[in-house]
Amino acid sequence: MTTAMSLFFVFTADEEDTVIDSDGRQERAKEKERKKERDRKRRRNVARRASSARKEGKELEDRPGREERRGRKKRDKEGKGKGGEDERQEEVKNDTVAKTQKNFSNENTRKLEQKEIEVVGEEDGDTEEKRKNGRPEKGGKKEDNGRGETVEKKQKKKRVETSAEHESSEEEEDEEEKVGEEKPEVLSPEELEKLKEEVDERKKLISTLRGKPWPMRKKLLTLRESHEFVEKYEGALGKGKSRKLYAYKVMMLKKWMKFQRDFENFKTACVPWEMKIKEIESHFGSSVASYFIFLRWMYGINMILFGLTFGLVMVPEALMGRPYGSMPRKTVPRADEANAMDFAVLWDFGGYAQYSVLFYGYYNSQRAIGWLKFRMPLSYFLVGVGTVAYSYMVVIRTMARNANEDGGGDNNSFNFSWKMFTSWDYLIGNPETADNKFASITTSFKEAILEEQESRKDDNIHLTRFLRVLANFLVLCCLAGSGYLIYFVVRRSQKFALEGLESHSWWERNEVNMVMSLLGMFCPMLFDVISALENYHPRIALQWQLGRIFALFLGNLYTFIIALMDEINLKREEEEVLKLNMTIWEASLYNGTMGANSTAPPITVHPADIPRGPCWETMVGQEFVRLIVSDTMTTYITLLIGDFLRAVLVRFLNYCWCWDLEAGFPSYSEFDVSGNVLGLIFNQGMIWMGAFYAPCLPALNVLRLHVSMYLQCWAVMCCNVPQERVFKASGSNNFYMAMLLVILFLSTLPAIYTIVTIPPSFDCGPFSGKSRMFDVIQETLESDFPAWFGKVFSYASNPGLVLPFLLLMVLAIYYLQSTSKSYKQANLELKKKLQTQNEENKKKTKMAALKAAMDLEEAQKARSEAPRQQRKNNASQQSYTGEKNTVTGHLVSSFVFVYPPAPRGHRIPGPLPGNQWQPAPSVQRVPNSQRHRV
Amino acid sequence: MGTTASQLGKDLLSEYQELTFLTKQEILLAHKRYSELLSKEDRNLTSVPMEKVLSLPELKSNPFRKRICHVFSTSDMKDGSLTFEDFLDLLSAFSDSATLEIKSHYAFRIFDFDDDGTLDGGDLEKLVNCLTGKTEDTRLTPEEMRQLISNILEESDIDKDGTVNLSEFQHVISRSPDFVSSFKIVL
Repeated sequence: MTTAMSLFFVFTADEEDTVIDSDGRQERAKEKERKKERDRKRRRNVARRASSARKEGKELEDRPGREERRGRKKRDKEGKGKGGEDERQEEVKNDTVAKTQKNFSNENTRKLEQKEIEVVGEEDGDTEEKRKNGRPEKGGKKEDNGRGETVEKKQKKKRVETSAEHESSEEEEDEEEKVGEEKPEVLSPEELEKLKEEVDERKKLISTLRGKPWPMRKKLLTLRESHEFVEKYEGALGKGKSRKLYAYKVMMLKKWMKFQRDFENFKTACVPWEMKIKEIESHFGSSVASYFIFLRWMYGINMILFGLTFGLVMVPEALMGRPYGSMPRKTVPRADEANAMDFAVLWDFGGYAQYSVLFYGYYNSQRAIGWLKFRMPLSYFLVGVGTVAYSYMVVIRTMARNANEDGGGDNNSFNFSWKMFTSWDYLIGNPETADNKFASITTSFKEAILEEQESRKDDNIHLTRFLRVLANFLVLCCLAGSGYLIYFVVRRSQKFALEGLESHSWWERNEVNMVMSLLGMFCPMLFDVISALENYHPRIALQWQLGRIFALFLGNLYTFIIALMDEINLKREEEEVLKLNMTIWEASLYNGTMGANSTAPPITVHPADIPRGPCWETMVGQEFVRLIVSDTMTTYITLLIGDFLRAVLVRFLNYCWCWDLEAGFPSYSEFDVSGNVLGLIFNQGMIWMGAFYAPCLPALNVLRLHVSMYLQCWAVMCCNVPQERVFKASGSNNFYMAMLLVILFLSTLPAIYTIVTIPPSFDCGPFSGKSRMFDVIQETLESDFPAWFGKVFSYASNPGLVLPFLLLMVLAIYYLQSTSKSYKQANLELKKKLQTQNEENKKKTKMAALKAAMDLEEAQKARSEAPRQQRKNNASQQSYTGEKNTVTGHLVSSFVFVYPPAPRGHRIPGPLPGNQWQPAPSVQRVPNSQRHRV
Repeated sequence: MGTTASQLGKDLLSEYQELTFLTKQEILLAHKRYSELLSKEDRNLTSVPMEKVLSLPELKSNPFRKRICHVFSTSDMKDGSLTFEDFLDLLSAFSDSATLEIKSHYAFRIFDFDDDGTLDGGDLEKLVNCLTGKTEDTRLTPEEMRQLISNILEESDIDKDGTVNLSEFQHVISRSPDFVSSFKIVL
């Protein structure tokens, strides 16, 4: 159908041309422009005719919009809804692809490039494909309509009653229906197949409709039409019984889709704090909002960790384990009983808090507890491992997704374009933020231009180098100093602890945590001052700054851990001594009772009186919990003082101050995205580290994050101003994620080290009595699984199997990495190829234009001369193909330079003897060049 | 909310859900906001004039707000007025879950100031002026402007025809890490 239509246009165009041509030369000179366009159009049509127009996939789409527009009237007359639909679609496409003459000349190259891009970027390819599908599908559909109409109509008849209410909307189908009613009810398999295909196509169209850049009215129309079509013919696809089944299936499918959509709606409704974040987004742009999204993500992870520990460890022990006071590890010792309920002690997580499910020491080593025979120690161990494993999984999965979104590869190649096209944050709804954004975009443009210019010259490189080295030296000093300070403080606190905490002040008791928090607060400021020396580009400076803070936190954390290790060793020595004392104590107790009265029942000593070991695991857990609490407190207090109080002062003192406080020195504070993200990351690191020894940590963290969310949302909205230095949100996402991963690794390292190397305490915790914590696995394997399983396991864990497996994994990683590298390489290569090909194409087009111009000139000459000379002319034309440097050719080419060759066969008026052969070469020429381009 | 739901009609609502990247709640919210825009004038009006749309706080400080209205408007008068369906189209394209393809398509049309299907030097200049704001001190000098535009064309104009066309634009955009996250408007 479409082919016929296009042929029709060709002929009308030709007729018009002839009319104009007959008007004479002057007319032609005037209308040169118009004609050129027509020429091009015609050339394409001819080309299409020649290539038999069957490769509709590409060519139909590339038809110039003008032709389409001209044809619209005619089609509209035919009154086919679908035809009109196609045109609009075409129009949309053409609006974007080709409108001006210049565009026209580039269309081929563009087409090519489009294709190349498909090859280059796979995701690109997909989208392009989708866009292209629109047209060809329809083309094919019409074809189908033509042939399969009889079938469709018949079906329609069967369902007239049910679908009667839809009829009015679609003229075409109504019309066809009438025809169809007269036809016999035969349904051949091919027709059925065809129908099915078409229905499937429609369904596909429906599902991809939302991804099409059409106006809603058109989408609605298409949707309704397609729905109707599908509804109408879907039922007919089965026969007899299977038909019912099919209809049922379709119905269920619809129900399922609806359910899915509702579920999707429900899911989005469930995402917490959406509105809060949106509000912040509109005020501060996406970078500040990204912190809150990160916070929410963290909250989600901690919720799951909390669910694991709470549901599988804390609750079972609390409900099914032996109750408080039944054994020494579950009882507050006699000496502490007096003030075990004091707030100060509880705040320190001592007293009753220490002897509760919150800490490792409380758990009993009984293998199975309660009527469920819940394997407590095993569960404890597996939850500990599962927490870490889950965290790894989530972080790595998120990183991979982020990396995918990045698109990978050449990140710097579109530096300017990205700045131009993607720097505006459409979420900004606040004029002040918008002003800041304007300023920052301008600066970034200027910087980029300057960078481009100054990338070569660099004045006084020695001074810069010296300053940078100095800055790094200073930073290292700071780091070392802070490390030593923490070590010193931790050792001192151990001394205090040995002497007994009661005799010391509050400061001395909380020294470690306070010092760590203070260092975390002030060192970054110091780094900021130092980094001014370095004179880096702001973005690079920011990364250095982040890296330094990271190193500081990490150093502090690790010094803390090392000091803790010392303490663990101390406790273990103490434990050894105690073990010895314990046997003596037991013996004396036994002897005492024996001596006093041999028949008396064995004396039951109250569990609070039994001497007990120091239980280093609980101590570690306590330290981490204290650290988290003090860290949280510092964060909140700095928030209140640094942001809120400052904002209040600036706001109200401004009325009676000598300079403008709001614009001048103190001003309002900015929201420090990177600092906050880092804080969050380190907090999470501590959770991961301590969660094994204090199951309450995830719960505590959930609480903290929950409060943070509200507090920070409030603080940012009421007392912060939008940032001036805008740090891109998503660009750094993976940077933060990488940090999180590093922290995760570094924090699991000491935890795993302690689990694997240090024997658990003898009288507390779920692993007491075992030589190592992981022995619980072996124990379970031996007693809870059949013998063969244990055997298989031992074979599998044999080094002979594990090593090759590891080797295999390494090889796989290596292989994958090298393939990805080669893909990147190929990508680059393709890009290069694309460019060279485009250049080549241009040259070719120029050449063709040149030749066409000469042809044109020749034809004019021919017209002016007597008909008898034409034979000679034709002969010379043939020879032109070789020689292009004719003077006339140059002259003409100077003004018809860029246009593709114009086949002039039709335009030469009068009965020219040479006319017969002329269209043929031009027809061949075009497909030829197209083939080259493809 | 219940009243707006009944105003919109269940079938239409589900069709809108199918045709946009918006959820039911978002469509209802959009309808509410849209009717608020309309309510001050007479109710019979099928489309909201551009000035009203521009007064939305979400669009107020956007330098491309007029372009956005023009791109999404289907009115024959070319006055940038939006019907509710146009409004939904707008929100859908700017929604969180819209595909990169559709976002880049509309971004291209927004940046194509003269509606000629390509981004040429004039379009780029207007774009830069939009991005750098109204005030004099943030404007770029002509020299900087020239340099910037030539740099951009050097990067993005793959076929070297002096303009950036849709596929080149999408090629560039698809590799940008920020585009999808920043090309968003939420009510």
